[in-house]
Amino acid sequence: MPYGLFFKDLTKSFATPARHVTALKGVSGELKPGQITGLVGPDAAGKTTLVRLLAGLFDADSGEIGVTGGTERPRIAYMPQKFGLYEDLSVAENLALYADLNGLDRTTRERRFAELHRFTGLAPFGKRLAGQLSGGMKQKLGLACTLVVPPDILLLDEPSVGVDPLSRRELWTMVRSLQNTGIAVLWSTAYLDEAERCDHVILLHDGVVLDSGTPRDLNRLVDGRAWKAALPDDSSVAAKRDLQRAANQTRGVVDAQIQGRTLRVVMTEKDAAPDFASSQFAPLRQLTVKPTTPLFEDTYLAALRAKRGDEAPVAADIGTYNVQAGQNANGRPVIETRDLTRRFGAFTAVDRVSFSVKAGEIFGLLGPNGAGKSTTFKMLCGLLPPTDGTALVAGFDLGRSRADARSHIGYMAQKFAYYGLLTMRQNMEFAGGVYGLRGKLLVERLKDAVEEFDLGPYFDLPCGDLPLGIKQRMALACALLHSPSILFLDEPTSGVDPETRREFWARLNALADDGTTILITSHFLDEAEYCDRMVIIYRGKLIASGSPDEIKRAGGDETRTLNEAFIALIEDYDRATNNGVAA
Amino acid sequence: MMSHSPFAEALARIAFLVKREFRAIWRDTRSRTILILPPIMQLFLFAYAATFEVNNIPLAVLNEDMGLASRDLVADFTASPAFTSVARLTSAQEIGPLIDDGDALMALRIPQDFSRKLLAGKSPEIQVIVDGRQSNTALMALSYINDIVERFSREHARTSGIVPSPPQLVTRAWFNPNMDSKWFIVPGLVATLTMIIATVITALSIARERELGTFEQLLVTPLRPPEILIGKIVPAAVLGMGEGLTLGLLGVLFFDIPVRGDVLLLVLGLAVFLLSVTSFGLMISALTSTQQQAQIAAFCFIMPAVILSGFTTPVGNMPETIQWLTLFNPLRYMLEISRGVFLQDMPMSVVFEHVWPMAIIGVAAASAATWLFSRKLQ
Repeated sequence: MPYGLFFKDLTKSFATPARHVTALKGVSGELKPGQITGLVGPDAAGKTTLVRLLAGLFDADSGEIGVTGGTERPRIAYMPQKFGLYEDLSVAENLALYADLNGLDRTTRERRFAELHRFTGLAPFGKRLAGQLSGGMKQKLGLACTLVVPPDILLLDEPSVGVDPLSRRELWTMVRSLQNTGIAVLWSTAYLDEAERCDHVILLHDGVVLDSGTPRDLNRLVDGRAWKAALPDDSSVAAKRDLQRAANQTRGVVDAQIQGRTLRVVMTEKDAAPDFASSQFAPLRQLTVKPTTPLFEDTYLAALRAKRGDEAPVAADIGTYNVQAGQNANGRPVIETRDLTRRFGAFTAVDRVSFSVKAGEIFGLLGPNGAGKSTTFKMLCGLLPPTDGTALVAGFDLGRSRADARSHIGYMAQKFAYYGLLTMRQNMEFAGGVYGLRGKLLVERLKDAVEEFDLGPYFDLPCGDLPLGIKQRMALACALLHSPSILFLDEPTSGVDPETRREFWARLNALADDGTTILITSHFLDEAEYCDRMVIIYRGKLIASGSPDEIKRAGGDETRTLNEAFIALIEDYDRATNNGVAA
Repeated sequence: MMSHSPFAEALARIAFLVKREFRAIWRDTRSRTILILPPIMQLFLFAYAATFEVNNIPLAVLNEDMGLASRDLVADFTASPAFTSVARLTSAQEIGPLIDDGDALMALRIPQDFSRKLLAGKSPEIQVIVDGRQSNTALMALSYINDIVERFSREHARTSGIVPSPPQLVTRAWFNPNMDSKWFIVPGLVATLTMIIATVITALSIARERELGTFEQLLVTPLRPPEILIGKIVPAAVLGMGEGLTLGLLGVLFFDIPVRGDVLLLVLGLAVFLLSVTSFGLMISALTSTQQQAQIAAFCFIMPAVILSGFTTPVGNMPETIQWLTLFNPLRYMLEISRGVFLQDMPMSVVFEHVWPMAIIGVAAASAATWLFSRKLQ
């Protein structure tokens, strides 16, 4: 009889020097044999704590964990978020090491390795150092090492973080193929779209289970509540945002989002179409709405709001903070690259990439990890000089005046990039000061930022322990202190909950409306849906560009998600260049 | 943005960076503790433990002579703080095992005819057996024995009037009349500990930012690489200066180290010295990407720097090629200045002779750090 796990009323808290954090506040659930259970929630929801409790790494403060089925102790395999691969050992040596650690004898080992190689497709890379593998390959190797001895229960902590869509799909296929062995799998993830691939889902938010069930069951919560309306072909970026704002103010609307040329709306009531006909805003009255399939994100938001008893749409009305940017907003290109090239020795990381970004646009720079997207981004931020070609940013030639260009851009790193021990005020003083804000001007800008971004209560606290959403707001405020005309964002909302993400995008939209140009890099395609235009960079080359809809069309069938279009484009490219084998 | 001269703008940016660095070091309880406690502990530990004097050498005595003179000689030995009598032996066979087992470092054997010969005006012999395995201590012990025996024979000659006193060689140690090794060690520690602190702070500074993920954010600001480096050097140098002066003050208060020279010259020396060692720290920072690597690299710099400085063994005793190497070691010069200012009134001209090599080393190291740093950013 295959094994499963159940857990009841688990609580766990941790003490940090600054405060006491309760990571789990009474969490119950179950992992059934032969099923993939998705543990879905944003960063800091308590996912890792729960996985570690189940793996037996530490004890819960209270609650119960038990095994179902079987008579002996089940073998539990646990793959942590950062798996302990030895980067200076080869793929084969890493596998052998974990086989040794698990005491696997010679004959079983050879058979098992053969299985794992077939399963992971790692066989051709046996001699490659683990440190030189891509993010996706590392995860595959980590998974293979975790599976050297076939487990009864497999716990995976965010296996798809930092993995590009292509590898993500492969990882899912690999784990799916384990199912017929009857093992119970826990897959934790911050990507809500992954929930739909699970057999059973536990929605976690802030240490509490919001809801659980099959994806179908959970989606029932929003059945008949999702609607979409096609926007006119010629809608300008600003017009789309006006529509979104007006839609959000319509009675009964929980959430209105622009995705390409589509306006998606989620309602509070089932089967009640949004009443755009009586809107004050003429363009909104023109739209015809049709029912559409709800997304998991809708479910998540609805479950979260149901739990809180709050149905208001996320701050639709956000002022603007970037006062000077508007002066540039006349639609001329503020970023322009021509044959931008960057070589590292013999390796060409970016190969003759040309594109331009107009003032007030939200522009996505997309691509798998290690494809040249980050190198392009770094050149545009003035961090790296180009080897060849030209790049103009805010009127400065990056080949010549990188430092001058830097003073006109705002930058927000993917990771929170401020000293955690310093207070928010101290960090922000520094952030403004290095851009030349002094004395009264600095004080005023800080005061405005605190007001605009609602940072008052946290202003004199050390910022390391603040919640993720607050840190993100602070980082955005810091990037805007010196009123840059261009804002560079590196994967700004990967891992944050949908609510925080909506609020964040509302701010970005408001900034763009006022003429701030926003360049976003991401390998996370959910984020790209919100961009006005984007380019996809793969193997150093620009392989596609256009609006989200144009990209989807380029990928094939228009109904596909951006994610699928992205995979299709990359696969097409690999087929065309005939080097799809190398990783 | 306000328009000032580019230079004033750059200075203002550096000032913001320096302020942030100070705050970051100060608010971090760990780095605060590391800055304050270990150097003070090390000062006391080294000053007390690492003395070059030899005390309480375990001594075994085999006195085969019955005379009064031999007893006087033994008493001279046991009265000396250098020796502790651990055994009175009765036969020569007992000596071997005692030395072998390390129970006694030295055995003193006074033969039967010692007093007789002495009274007869002949020169008697005594035998000293020393454990040569501890060569340093043995050498020190031998020199103490010579002292004691010489004093004994002088005294004897004077009181008995048998032989006129031979001319004597009197050694007098300048600057450190009592040859107190703390006087030698503490000014050295002032320089050495200051170097360790300043090097480690700078070596870890950029690696820490890389690990925290704050470094890219710093690089996209208008701060230029040299400005970032200056912003990293200044806090470390200021803290190093505070550290050095505090240690010096503790030396004066607790170990009665004199201050015979001009403190301002010490400050000048420390300032130039700190410029050079923090630049070495930044070179390490530019070459490493994690704090762990930086720490190891810092120690690979600090250890040879201390050994090749003259802190424990005089540079003059080193082989010629090694002496040549010490010319590139800033600590070598700082040690001279520190000892010179504390123990003698080192004239300004001599201080400058030691300052300018450090300045050259500092400028070279700072340029190298800037180059390495910019190269890494390309």
